[in-house]
Amino acid sequence: MITVNINGKDYSAEKDETVLAVAKRNFIYIPTFCHNEAVADYGSCRICMVEIWTKKGKNKLVTACLFPVEDGLKVETNNERVLFIRKNIAELLLAKCPASAEVAEIAAQLGVYETKYRIEKDGNKCILCALCTRVCDEVVGRKAISLVNRGINREVAIPFYDNAAACIACGSCVYICPTNAITMTDKDGIRTITMPNCEMKFALRKCNSCGREWIPEKQVKYFLSSAPGLTIEEFDLCQSCRK
Amino acid sequence: MITRLNATQELEGLRQQILASRNQDTLRITVCCGTGCIAQGAKKVVEAFKRELSAQNVNAEVAELKETGCHGFCEQGPIVVIRPQDIFYKKVQVEDVPKIVARTIINGEVMERLLYSVPGNKKEKCTQESQIPFYAKQERVVFKNNAYIDPTSIEDYIAVGGYASLVKVLTTLQSQQVIDTIIDSGLRGRGGGGFPTGWKWQSSKDAAGDIKFVVCNCDEGDPGAFMDRSIMEGNPHLVLEGMLIAAYAVGNVSEAYIYIRNEYPYALKHAYKAIEDAKAYGLLGDNILSTGFNLDIKICRGGGAFVCGESTALMASIEGKVGEPRAKYVHTSEKGLWGRPTVLNNVETLANVPVIFEKGVEWYKSIGTEGSKGTKVFALVGKVNNTGLVEVPMGISLREVIMDIGGGVPNKKQFKAVQTGGPSGGCLPESKLDLAVDFDELTKNGSMMGSGAMVVMDERNCMVDTARYFIEFLEEESCGKCTPCREGLRAIRNILMDICSGKAELEDIDRLEKLCLAVTEGSLCQLGGTAANPVLSSLKYFRSEYEEHITNKYCRAGVCKDLIAFYIKDNCPGCVLCYKACPTWAIIYNGKGVPVTLIQDKCTKCGACLDVCNLDALEVRSVYDNR
Ligand SMILES: Cc1cc2nc3c(=O)[nH]c(=O)nc-3n(C[C@H](O)[C@H](O)[C@H](O)COP(=O)(O)O)c2cc1C
Ligand code: SF4
Ligand code: FES
Repeated sequence: MITVNINGKDYSAEKDETVLAVAKRNFIYIPTFCHNEAVADYGSCRICMVEIWTKKGKNKLVTACLFPVEDGLKVETNNERVLFIRKNIAELLLAKCPASAEVAEIAAQLGVYETKYRIEKDGNKCILCALCTRVCDEVVGRKAISLVNRGINREVAIPFYDNAAACIACGSCVYICPTNAITMTDKDGIRTITMPNCEMKFALRKCNSCGREWIPEKQVKYFLSSAPGLTIEEFDLCQSCRK
Repeated sequence: MITRLNATQELEGLRQQILASRNQDTLRITVCCGTGCIAQGAKKVVEAFKRELSAQNVNAEVAELKETGCHGFCEQGPIVVIRPQDIFYKKVQVEDVPKIVARTIINGEVMERLLYSVPGNKKEKCTQESQIPFYAKQERVVFKNNAYIDPTSIEDYIAVGGYASLVKVLTTLQSQQVIDTIIDSGLRGRGGGGFPTGWKWQSSKDAAGDIKFVVCNCDEGDPGAFMDRSIMEGNPHLVLEGMLIAAYAVGNVSEAYIYIRNEYPYALKHAYKAIEDAKAYGLLGDNILSTGFNLDIKICRGGGAFVCGESTALMASIEGKVGEPRAKYVHTSEKGLWGRPTVLNNVETLANVPVIFEKGVEWYKSIGTEGSKGTKVFALVGKVNNTGLVEVPMGISLREVIMDIGGGVPNKKQFKAVQTGGPSGGCLPESKLDLAVDFDELTKNGSMMGSGAMVVMDERNCMVDTARYFIEFLEEESCGKCTPCREGLRAIRNILMDICSGKAELEDIDRLEKLCLAVTEGSLCQLGGTAANPVLSSLKYFRSEYEEHITNKYCRAGVCKDLIAFYIKDNCPGCVLCYKACPTWAIIYNGKGVPVTLIQDKCTKCGACLDVCNLDALEVRSVYDNR
């Protein structure tokens, strides 16, 4: 056990826990966008920045979601230097994603209601946190979507913008997206996943009992191919009817 | 036929053998085959020499032809130096070769026409390299052998004492002693950060692990820099020897990598050849010189993204992942390539290592300043008379580099600023010309050493536009992973473009400054962390130029097209220089002694007239100036 001081109070922590983990456990709020327990931390949005002082005398801003605590670490999560960065990031994201209510909400928490920077005309809701691509890779294991291009041209895309072959329509990206930039609807036997730059359609499988369209055919196929013991009959009923 | 060396003592024997096989009286015609000279026809010159030497019956005993690496003075290429007299011929063309062979090689005459003369002083010719001001103030430590040896010949390298440092290290020093020597030498990383090399090695040595790596960074993404390329092309064994010593010092390293960008074909070719030859001699591979020390060096080709030069991005790229930086809260020296302790050093850093063991620490420490030892290679470009690669002792003043070695600003224009450190470096004004060039002084004054690019600017460079240019480069090269760098650089560029086009307000300067701070502090890697330097430094030293754009809607350099118009002054004698230079026929000749006329409607404001006029007969006015 080690001791970490956050905003003037001592807390005990495990070595190599992140600042964010210790803060969360102790109900100290630090805003995050690209952090999600389901996937490895990435450190890209930078909204979680905090100021730290190490025992050895190092003082800098770090991302709370990635920085491992050490004994005697002093952290401030809300001081002027930290808020300056956060507010700037909020303003930059407001300019990039004018349509995102989630960005506006975090910005408002920081007292930022408008941006000084030029608003992107065709700005979509994607803040490029990469949660979708990471969950698709690390949890689903499909790598159906990835980040393409550099700099301001960076975007989430399926290969060559038109090849949805690897996607099994599971919707993990939709669930994890913090700004609802990816959406999904199930209608008339078709699941539609809409990303800022493309729309994908997948056939759904009906439940033999209640008739509800409950699972994408591609996902069934994927399960069958990846788990040898599984038979197609096991997908005859939806979760509710199976109970 | 190469025979493997089976003991450390055998290296010196081989060296003696190579020297004995070479006739000391043989003339050596060294043709610079660095990329600059090749682009200007050096390979054709080499072919011409081959033809002429045989046509004029000059045998190999009399004169030997050698293709060497870059000599640094690329602007004067193709360069041919005839040794041992060191006769320096510039801009040699195929047609010159028969005469060089007949007159210089056979008859021993010097050909005046091909000699270099100082700009503005055509009469004074420099016969030898050492008389040329460009070379006179340089101190060539890592570049010393570039102009003498054939980079594809390991024998050439051994002949000048190559691999002797490795032998010295392997036979007389413990690995800790090697690190202590490097720490004592004060060597700091030449890749930009200036981190003490010895300490870096120490931290990898101390890190737990039985597999460790050494990686050489030859990504060189900075568009103005080409020193790493020139070292790798011109003297690859020097780098291999540095890597071998690093690997021995760190311990548990049996694999090393050189990361070279794919756009460097000769660097790649020469590095491959060097590795092959060193292996054949038993200087690389298993059981090196039968000492039990093993090292394999592999080459990894980079795609040429600027950000891939950053340590974590580079390692991701070697691992076959997307070349994107990650947080370095645990240093790569402890957890780098494949999570193993990894020493990453720049080409030039590694090239310094064998020299330190060859000449001794005391000698090495005698060069440079308190905090920065040794030399640094700079790529001197922009508005200077002599452009090229210059290697100077740390602590030399900017003035000496630009005015003496570089020969000052051409065309009687006024010096305005020098940008050091590459795209994310800073611009320093005339008042800083006496600054001692070293890591700490440059940083203290808002610039940095960076890779060592040095871009000289004159009165025709607009500082706001310059900042915009660099920001645009970085914006394009940003990997886009983190918000401050990706979105921040776009916002900075937008503000700068507003200033350049007269749409900004004074408050925008304040906004710009704050945003620059946020990008600097908030970014994940040092691309974003240093990206604002060109803006911050020009705001610091040239703030009035920013204000002038905004308040007076005027660009004194005559660059920002939305703000300016050119006018002919009464003192114009109608010399027709501008008339000839204008690409759009906007200038009308009215006869000798009479000012020319400029037709505003036809003028595209390219500034060609301003560049050529050396009588100050053109005036730049704001378009809003209703005189
Ligand atoms: C955006 C960026 C680009 C870089 N490019 C290079 C490069 O092209 N070559 C290089 O040697 N170092 C480059 N560096 C520095 C490396 O990250 C690293 O510090 C260096 O290679 C370490 O070697 P040294 O200690 O010998 O200088 C770059 C750093 C950043 C942040
Ligand atoms: S600072 Fe720029 S280059 Fe570095 S990780 Fe962030 S976006 Fe990528
Ligand atoms: S939540 Fe930490 S950087 Fe995004």
